Amino acid sequence: MLTKRIIPCLDVAGGRVVKGVNFQNLRDAGDPVELAKRYGDAGADELTFLDISASNEDRSTTLTMVERTADQLFIPLTVGGGIRQVDDVNALLRAGADKISINTAAIRNPTLINEISDRFGNQVLVMSVDAKRAATPSGYEVTTHGGKTSTGIDALAWVEEVIARGAGEILLNSMDFDGTASGYDLEMIRDVRDICDIPVIASGGAGKLEDFGRALEAGADALLAASVFHFGRFTIGEVKAELINEGYSIRL
Amino acid sequence: MIAILDYGSGNLRSAQRAFELTDHEVLVTDKIDVALAADGLVVPGVGAFAACMEQLVAINGHEIIRRRVESGMAILGICVGMQILFDSGTEKGDHKGVGVLDGQVSRLRAPVLPHIGWNSVEPAKESKLFAGIEKESFYFVHSYAVTQRPHSAQSDASRNTYTEYGERFLSAIESGHISATQFHPEKSGKAGERLIKNWVETL
Repeated sequence: MLTKRIIPCLDVAGGRVVKGVNFQNLRDAGDPVELAKRYGDAGADELTFLDISASNEDRSTTLTMVERTADQLFIPLTVGGGIRQVDDVNALLRAGADKISINTAAIRNPTLINEISDRFGNQVLVMSVDAKRAATPSGYEVTTHGGKTSTGIDALAWVEEVIARGAGEILLNSMDFDGTASGYDLEMIRDVRDICDIPVIASGGAGKLEDFGRALEAGADALLAASVFHFGRFTIGEVKAELINEGYSIRL
Repeated sequence: MIAILDYGSGNLRSAQRAFELTDHEVLVTDKIDVALAADGLVVPGVGAFAACMEQLVAINGHEIIRRRVESGMAILGICVGMQILFDSGTEKGDHKGVGVLDGQVSRLRAPVLPHIGWNSVEPAKESKLFAGIEKESFYFVHSYAVTQRPHSAQSDASRNTYTEYGERFLSAIESGHISATQFHPEKSGKAGERLIKNWVETL
């Protein structure tokens, strides 16, 4: 049976992990390769790097980081952030990424979605959607810049559009719940699930062990989390044990 | 020497590293002579069936595969690299494959596609690929697969490995010197590493 995926997400810039990660006995908590291996050994089903580099110089180091990680990590690796054109995707895949995620660039230029999926297949394209509640027809709006900038685009209509253009998965970030540690945004997950026939990765709000199962029940295929893992609130093993207890199919 | 056939874009680096863990020399190549001389040839593949075939034909990869099969030299197809070994595929229209295996690749009947993530397998009875691998999951990412094979081949349970997602499909095959997996062993952690080692030991 297909298992539900648990995906840790690391923010990186200039080839280093930013935001502290609180693991015991780490030689270098800023080394993405060491952290990636830790999470891989801990049972992560995939790993995501989000490149938040401010400059192009810093971004070029990302490729080297992806290469070093791919040399040692034998689970799927997704890289997002800073991808503006098809050539950026090719460089990342060649360096060892399996999937890429895009967000703002696709909002500016939706045909980028078609170009990427036509050339590399829809399975490489994780469409990141930062949504929050707003006065749009569906009640959700697409935002950029961590929820601070409104686009006026209806989020559910956007999900339908990106699927039609060739997205392989939706990474659904609830900007209403992100950083609150109050649980995943179950209502938003259900509303997106209702109209979405590609996998949905839910993100934003994980704070307690029981939050994960609720998001799966709401319809998520995979769950992304960052700070709960980085700050050691609980381990991937603990999340998986809880989900198995609740009857979900999980890979150990 | 193991050759990984480079006929397009995608992540070949991970595949190279995963096969290097077996301590064999691994070459990523689009050269016919290297691909023909290798002890084992890995045929990767991502993207749509027809696009993959087109890129394969552009480097004469279909001829390399046929010649290796005729002379009994080992091949391992991975993901779309498995699919294109069959007669035909129905992704974005009907397209011919290399045709060294009987069967058609068609869209899975499942409510959510692509099938992405870790899924279990029912290994073929006399499988060499899955020797010593029990109750493990492998990483899949695809929407199309072979769900039915012509009667003679399908009845041979010693060769076919199956997985369930919406419907039962062929997740691996071992037919003479042709091996193939619909999942990505190079992305399937320790279980995948073991499977790769098992294949390399057959060479």
